[in-house]
Amino acid sequence: MSSVGPLFQYLLRLGDNCLIMGQRLSEWCGHGPALEEDLALTNVALDLIGQARMWLSYAGEVEGAGRNEDQLAFLRDAGDFRNVLLVEQPNGNFAETVARQFFFDTWHYFLLRDLLRSANSRIAEVAEKSIKEVTYHVRRSADWVVRLGDGTRESHAKMQVAVDTLWSYTGELFASDSVDEALQEQGVSFALTGLREPWFAHVRSVLDEATLTFPAEAWMQRGGKQGVHTEHLGYMLAQMQFLQRAYPGAQW
Amino acid sequence: MQPSATPAIARPTVEQVLAWLEEVPDPEIPVVSIMDLGIVREVFWRHDELVVAITPTYSGCPAMAVIEQEIGRALALRGLSKVRLERRLAPAWTTDWLSAKGRLQLREYGIAPPTEKVIDIAGISRTPHVEPGVCCPHCGSAHTKLTSRFGSTACKALYKCTDCLEPFDYFKPH
Repeated sequence: MSSVGPLFQYLLRLGDNCLIMGQRLSEWCGHGPALEEDLALTNVALDLIGQARMWLSYAGEVEGAGRNEDQLAFLRDAGDFRNVLLVEQPNGNFAETVARQFFFDTWHYFLLRDLLRSANSRIAEVAEKSIKEVTYHVRRSADWVVRLGDGTRESHAKMQVAVDTLWSYTGELFASDSVDEALQEQGVSFALTGLREPWFAHVRSVLDEATLTFPAEAWMQRGGKQGVHTEHLGYMLAQMQFLQRAYPGAQW
Repeated sequence: MQPSATPAIARPTVEQVLAWLEEVPDPEIPVVSIMDLGIVREVFWRHDELVVAITPTYSGCPAMAVIEQEIGRALALRGLSKVRLERRLAPAWTTDWLSAKGRLQLREYGIAPPTEKVIDIAGISRTPHVEPGVCCPHCGSAHTKLTSRFGSTACKALYKCTDCLEPFDYFKPH
């Protein structure tokens, strides 16, 4: 797999971020803190899984080895996934789910806004389709950060712990490697460091409004984009892939 | 289903095909047709094959596969067997494409149609909860409140009327 080109790797990253984030959110189905929230969490999951299909089906075409979106989703092992570590972190309590979503949605929005002008027209098309959905996502996740942060003493404390705990997974969002650089040279993607400033500005203003403390600088975890994951991904894939592993090729 | 019940017409005009597609309902909101939702983007003949270009509303909309089946079936019933469905992503679907008739049908069905032209993707700074002009489809009051930005399907939000107190779905601008 490492022998195929940077475009394939890049599409896996885009697709795996959406797929793993969507799968995590779908674990809330039937367990949301309120009916409306159960619907919202699964709606966001559905959008992200739809976006994952668009990215992964294109990845399969680029790879040219006959793998389709389903085979890429269900028949790769953890070491072949290219999502950032943030999205595979467990749901935890609701504040942790909210913090993870807020960090991801904000980054996802600014990333897609850049990709609207990608030199690769297919990438620009998927970005145009996705960004409308993601704009709804990011509005909702910011709402929740404010509601919990500027809420009761208990919700404030839990929201602050969640922000601090997940902070060390945010550095990877802006870290480039040779795959990113190869595509940036072709104008297919853009410098990830360019997302830093708008991301920080939005996160800071929402945390301020939520009466939460902006985290201090910390050592940042990374590795997901290169296939080195936290232990959580394997357990998640075991559940997500079980059916296709046990009954290969099973269909609805 | 009797695909050959209607004798095959030599080649129906595009206008005729569009009229047939007007009768294909959206599987999740059956009061509106796929034409009124703007899902069908183009219909044309390519040699002896009829091409129907469609676009998904939301990326994860589970109705898309059903819509494709229904289009194929509706046209087969009219004697058209060589139909190719093409999915188009760009330009991305927008609620601007909802027809005036579709908007009226949504309201009559109890779903408030979208008010704003499209969702503003230019920025994500925090906005107040109230979207101006979302009227209750039951009593017509403009005094309404957002309950949740996400509803029973990807395309809807949950609202409540503060006058008649009825909850209702709002078709989100997109």
